[in-house]
Amino acid sequence: MSVRESTFPGVGALRQTGRLFALAASVVRLTFKRPFQKREFVEQFWFIASVTILPTALVSIPFGAVIALQVGSLTKQLGAQSFTGGASVLAVIQQASPLIVALLISGAGGSAICADIGSRTIREEMDAMEVMGVSPVQRLIVPRVLAAMLVAVLLNGLVSVVGVLGGYFFNVIMQGGTPGAYLASFSALAQLPDLYISELKALIFGFIAGVVAAYRGLNPGKGPKGVGDAVNQSVVITFLLLFFVNLVLTAIYLQIVPAKGS
Amino acid sequence: MGIEVAVEGLSMSFGRQTVWEDVSLTLPAGEVSVMLGPSGTGKTVFLKSLIGLLKPERGRVMVNGVDMVHASERRLYETRKLFGLMFQDGALFGSMSLFDNIAFPLREHTKKKESEIGRIVLEKLEMVGLAGAETKLPGEISGGMRKRAGLARALVLDPQIILCDEPDSGLDPVRTAYISQLLIDLNAQIDATMLIVTHNIDIAATVPDNIGMLFRRNLVTFGPREVLLTSEEPVVAQFLSGSRAGPIGMSEEKDAATMALEQLQELERTGGEAEGEAVRSIAPQLEPTPGLPPRAAVQRRRERVRSILPGLPPPARQAILAGFTEAGPVRAGSGAGPTAVGLGAYAPEGPGADPELPPLPRRRSSGEGGRS
Repeated sequence: MSVRESTFPGVGALRQTGRLFALAASVVRLTFKRPFQKREFVEQFWFIASVTILPTALVSIPFGAVIALQVGSLTKQLGAQSFTGGASVLAVIQQASPLIVALLISGAGGSAICADIGSRTIREEMDAMEVMGVSPVQRLIVPRVLAAMLVAVLLNGLVSVVGVLGGYFFNVIMQGGTPGAYLASFSALAQLPDLYISELKALIFGFIAGVVAAYRGLNPGKGPKGVGDAVNQSVVITFLLLFFVNLVLTAIYLQIVPAKGS
Repeated sequence: MGIEVAVEGLSMSFGRQTVWEDVSLTLPAGEVSVMLGPSGTGKTVFLKSLIGLLKPERGRVMVNGVDMVHASERRLYETRKLFGLMFQDGALFGSMSLFDNIAFPLREHTKKKESEIGRIVLEKLEMVGLAGAETKLPGEISGGMRKRAGLARALVLDPQIILCDEPDSGLDPVRTAYISQLLIDLNAQIDATMLIVTHNIDIAATVPDNIGMLFRRNLVTFGPREVLLTSEEPVVAQFLSGSRAGPIGMSEEKDAATMALEQLQELERTGGEAEGEAVRSIAPQLEPTPGLPPRAAVQRRRERVRSILPGLPPPARQAILAGFTEAGPVRAGSGAGPTAVGLGAYAPEGPGADPELPPLPRRRSSGEGGRS
């Protein structure tokens, strides 16, 4: 807006990134500011949960099955069938589950948040709120981000359970694996920190999805088309960010937490 | 009493495009001011800058000792509670009913009980003529109703400063007249500083104490209403008469060549006879509805204007003095005159009178005193 802003290639992207981080910081700061918007939080939690639960469950069954089938056939080739259970469960809990959550929370939850906030912004509702001395970030964004985080964590649990059950079903019933070997290898290879990192990932993914959706919603282009574009961009940006963050978190986890039995 | 808003050297631009620059003016406390200007001269931007929604590049806006341009977020939010802003299209929350919309500031900023909130909300709804529409959603009512609901929401916290963005757009002439009267009545009741942004000449001529005009990225003038209404400035004269002849063009402004051509044509048509010689008559300012207390701002303004009188252009000076003598016997006659009139108008009203008038508590308490 100001004349003094310098221009060089890529400055726009840098500026956007900076504002995104500024919003994330103020979300964190205002989370602890009273009064907390309980009602908005519960409503948003319920809303995000209702748009994500069913798709998540439906996606996670085939996902668990695919991994079970793939790992099953691979271990058969290697002659390590007894480890099928452990391998597929680890893959589901550590990778598949958070990624499914990431896809759903940004695709279903984030897009809904972005569209809602965006249409309110172009109708000047945000301005009206600021004029009345109410911070839109505290009043609207914080409850949404927190709701997205909580839904992500719970969804992650759902996906883990459904995915593992699906994997078990396909391995034991379809591929003729033995239930005992499946469970035994599970406890031989998996450990509790695997579950922790999975939930931590989901928590962070929920935060990122909520903040990005809110950021794009608060800064839409002109008019209704601008809101549509903002929703589109918010989903794409969140996908890219989440997959990258997943890579970083996985790398760090594998470095600092020794695998069981090693 | 309202709060003074002092604007000093404010300049605003979007990218390379300057909206306006070096705007300095003072909205006197408790008085009603109007900002005129052709469409697209940044009137709304000016309004939003006053309240800190937009950040001008240079200059200050001082409200209650807080600079709305550079203040920290916390002080900004604190100071904004003194404001009531009526947006151009209401800016109501689409997901809430009118009742919840108007109750929103009360629920956010006060600890009032729900029953009391309901009473205040219904009172404000009735004030803007929307009684009975409280369960409707903003999408279900007309633009004019949304605008009035927006005004009710702006008023609900009893603001010290009221900003109205085009209160007349989308309203029919009758409703515009009602809104004008409503604004004056409000000023009489709560003595708030008011700024109305509009391009409606009727409002500009009858409502305000002070008028300013934005044109060509500058503040053409700001001062007592008589100054602008008698001004010979071509822009002002053209705007007030609503004619095509003058510096204001269809897009934004005419270039010099077009203007010279037009002047030549005008000269040929009128045969060199200068027009607009007759002093434009000034419409009298609206008075509060009988029964309301007189506007405290009138007396204050009179003293203020008297002190700056020698510096004003002669036509304005004449008009102001004429206004003084006209109103003299009734209004200037110290405190006794207006008070007597006000009380006289009240006396015949029984208990069941309009409940939104502020003197009600006083009457009620005296009634109780009588009974006990």
